Amino acid sequence: MNWFLVILTISKTHLLSRIKQTMVAALGVTFGIGAFIILMSFMSGLNGLLDGLILNRTPHIHIYNEIKPNTKQPIHFFDELSANLNVVHSIKPKQTQLKIHNAQPILNYLKSDPKVKAVLPQVKSQVFYVAGSTELNGVVTGIKAKDESTFFNFNEYIVGGTPDNLENNMNGILLGIGAAKKMSLKIGDRVQLATVKGEIIPLKIVGFFQSGLAEVDNVQSYVNIKTAQRLLGESTSFLTDINIKLFNIEDAIPMAKAISKQFNLTAIDINTANAQFETGTSVRNLITYAVSIALLIVAGFGIYNILNMMIYEKMNDIAILKATGFSGFDVKLIFISQAVIIGFVGGVFGLILGYIVSTIISYLPFETEALPTIKTFPVNFEITYYIIGIVFAMVSTFIAGYLPARKAQDIDPVEIIRGQ
Amino acid sequence: MNVLEAKNINKFFRGAVDFQALKNINFSIKKGEFTSIMGKSGCGKSTLLYILSTMDTDYEGELYINEEKITGKTSNELAYIRNKHIGFVFQFHYLLPEFSILENVMLPAKKLGEKSLQEIEHDAIEKLKLLHIDDQALKLASQISGGQKQRVAIARALINNPTIIMGDEPTGNLDSHNADNVFNIFEELCHEQKLSLLIVTHDKEFADKTDRIIEMGDGMIIRQ
Repeated sequence: MNWFLVILTISKTHLLSRIKQTMVAALGVTFGIGAFIILMSFMSGLNGLLDGLILNRTPHIHIYNEIKPNTKQPIHFFDELSANLNVVHSIKPKQTQLKIHNAQPILNYLKSDPKVKAVLPQVKSQVFYVAGSTELNGVVTGIKAKDESTFFNFNEYIVGGTPDNLENNMNGILLGIGAAKKMSLKIGDRVQLATVKGEIIPLKIVGFFQSGLAEVDNVQSYVNIKTAQRLLGESTSFLTDINIKLFNIEDAIPMAKAISKQFNLTAIDINTANAQFETGTSVRNLITYAVSIALLIVAGFGIYNILNMMIYEKMNDIAILKATGFSGFDVKLIFISQAVIIGFVGGVFGLILGYIVSTIISYLPFETEALPTIKTFPVNFEITYYIIGIVFAMVSTFIAGYLPARKAQDIDPVEIIRGQ
Repeated sequence: MNVLEAKNINKFFRGAVDFQALKNINFSIKKGEFTSIMGKSGCGKSTLLYILSTMDTDYEGELYINEEKITGKTSNELAYIRNKHIGFVFQFHYLLPEFSILENVMLPAKKLGEKSLQEIEHDAIEKLKLLHIDDQALKLASQISGGQKQRVAIARALINNPTIIMGDEPTGNLDSHNADNVFNIFEELCHEQKLSLLIVTHDKEFADKTDRIIEMGDGMIIRQ
């Protein structure tokens, strides 16, 4: 006969004979844990969405050839004046090309690096969109649409088309939705692009690009990388930007430094580009945990209260159990196990409640200009939160039960029996 | 063989003025003896019983059960001794009200854990039959009469086949019919099963029928 089973049988009988009190205590835990799950799922879903806006869209390292004046002017080579403060007026950058020199070997080198997940070349160019007599200023980026979708979720910003449309069509364009509205163009229409050099090329609209930022949507369009090269009258080795996605985002800073040193190019890492985004995430997480813990502490006090009252009611039972050979530890275990059972049952129902409400939330409509593909609230159904929830339920009820249970352990049966 | 022996037991109630509740108690109980402790209220007979029952450990002197020294053992060891060697019957019935009669009787044996659940249940029903209350076995403890409760309490005291049964005014709260009934049960247990009994009472009639009377007054044994 298992001794622990005897203890559990006693706890069970105590709990079932006061089913109402037990249920009230368990409900406290249920609502606490339920609210925790809902808050965490919803908040982390939103967090993930907002982080994704930056993390998914921004390359971990962005390499390009920046036009800027040389920081080492001729006077700096003159050793005798190195101790002086030299002022050179009106420094201008040297006439140079925007393209990345020796782009193909650099691409191959980066692709062979084991830390690198993907390397995506781009060609950027200034253009004018010509519609009738109006000319709109614009930027066209030539991309490998399929890879951009795989690694940078590019497909989430396409309205009315797919990345494949661009990948397969040398004469297709994903026009910025703002520019399209201004020129009142529909999918299937043709738009003429005038390059800086004066050439005019007609392209067919295969879809719209919508980032949610009006300024971007008014100018930015995407074409196939080969189309962009042709637009500029350049060969297939002409690249203006290289975007890198890493397996581990932590590698971005050292790698960006190494690249800019090695190839004499500008390499911007994601942390430098978006320094503030982590702060927002951690503050939101902090608030969520603080609210959840407050809820669970309230539930814990409820359990503490109920067990305390129960122990006063059960003084006689405790005395008789001790008189018939149950040790103080056994009695303590009886009450702690009651608390933990309340915590476990309440916690499991809390998880179920949390799951149901989260599911309902995930079906509520949520439409935002910034994310054309998102139609409902983002909810994160990560199993970790459910594990944390049930563990927290049991730990907090254990603590709430421990204090009254220790009191029960110390009750002197003689005092109770004499007191009658 | 002495099943219970007390040597020089002294007990003080500590307070602003110390009060000596028990003074130099020396006595022993042999196997199969039916002993009663008599005395007026406040003479210390209940205090003595709680020391003998190992529940009260705040005393001076030495206590032996089955010739084994009990004084100084840890509370867990004492709980085991109470469980295995001592059966209790109180003035108030002290059953667990939410449990069935059968469960109440079985609990100490489950705690002891020496037998399987089937054996314990069988034993419990045997004990209930012995006390002619087996027909109530499945009722809740709160649903039976006082006399019946006391018989259940005796059955519970017997479940682990203890060395000695201790009672603190077990008939004090019963009418004469039920009191006689309980006495007869005790006598039967004593003679047929060679059980030792130590009963605190101030019912003179009850005490007179026992094998041996220990009379107490002012914390001392006056006569035994």
